Amino acid sequence: MKARILGLAAFAACLAVPAIAAAALSDAAGSYTISPSGSSIRFTIGKAGGGGFDGAFGRFKGTIRIDNGDVGRSKVDLTIYPESVGTGQGRIDQFLRSDAVFDAANNPEIQFRSTSVTRTGDTTAVVTGRLTARGKTFPEKFTAELDGLKGGTIRFHVTGKVLRSRYGMDVGTPLYSNVVDFNMMLTGRKG
Amino acid sequence: MQASITNTSTRYGWAMIILHWLIGIIFIGQFVLGFVMVRIESQRTSFELIQLHKSFGFLLLGLIILRIAWRLGNVAPPLPASVGTLERRTAPLVHLALYAFQVALPLSGWALVSVSTLEIPTMPFDLFVMPNLPLTESDAAESFWASAHWYLAYAGITLVALHAAAALRHHFLLRDNVLARMITPSSGGE
Repeated sequence: MKARILGLAAFAACLAVPAIAAAALSDAAGSYTISPSGSSIRFTIGKAGGGGFDGAFGRFKGTIRIDNGDVGRSKVDLTIYPESVGTGQGRIDQFLRSDAVFDAANNPEIQFRSTSVTRTGDTTAVVTGRLTARGKTFPEKFTAELDGLKGGTIRFHVTGKVLRSRYGMDVGTPLYSNVVDFNMMLTGRKG
Repeated sequence: MQASITNTSTRYGWAMIILHWLIGIIFIGQFVLGFVMVRIESQRTSFELIQLHKSFGFLLLGLIILRIAWRLGNVAPPLPASVGTLERRTAPLVHLALYAFQVALPLSGWALVSVSTLEIPTMPFDLFVMPNLPLTESDAAESFWASAHWYLAYAGITLVALHAAAALRHHFLLRDNVLARMITPSSGGE
């Protein structure tokens, strides 16, 4: 479940995001490859009785394309490999990879393809797209905030909530919330 | 004749009879469920069966507390005069052991989930969150309580089997009313 990054950069670039964008406007447009270094995809699921259950995906890939003239035409594609899930507890990782949750053997990829990017502020945008996991696809929304733009590198902080039950991953509810909170840092490098 | 809720000097009341059979059936069901849930291939089904096992475990604990309170507040009908000295002495010990296992088994399961490093919450029948016992979680403690729970389960089911065999012996060989009185309640007339 992941989000994609936003085409935030686009608005950053196009819109008058002052410090960051002004200078970089002409540079921001283009295609970025999400770099594993400087990027992370973390998630939290609330637990009954308090506390949460934290995890992260170690392997993923994707691209961010910033449209020079129209933020709304920016694109984000993200592919996550659920096999790489990690929680710090091996037995839980194994459970998550199994057909109880991700069924990583039969569904090795979780994909997000953006369908629209809507600017919501100077450095923020909502990215809507189609999330596919375990063979099921639903529209999802993520919020992206431009976190840095320097040289050929762009960085977004992306958050969003996904209901796991829709993807056939409802195991453990209500002990574990149906809502998965994503928290991602996505760093893209141009080229 | 009306069935009495309380025991009398010769028979069990229906409260004790219902608690006895309900606990007995759930106890045996829990043994089977516990055996299956850790051997089943599907991790999802295994997870769900384990949560069900925890739910029934807490139900058992509640029923057992009720049963012990009821037992302490009621006379227990004595064994028939035909019962020999050896059995007269050992039967109460076996019954005491059965009660001890009824308490120890759910408690050991509760300890197990409390110390497990998986930190899976417990919600009996999805109704409410059952807090953990105040024990320190660790892999070592988890494996200790898993073993304790496992050994207690096997010892407990062995005692249940002995108990059932003894009841059948009374009914079919000795032909006394020891089993019958755990089926037919005392009546108001007695």
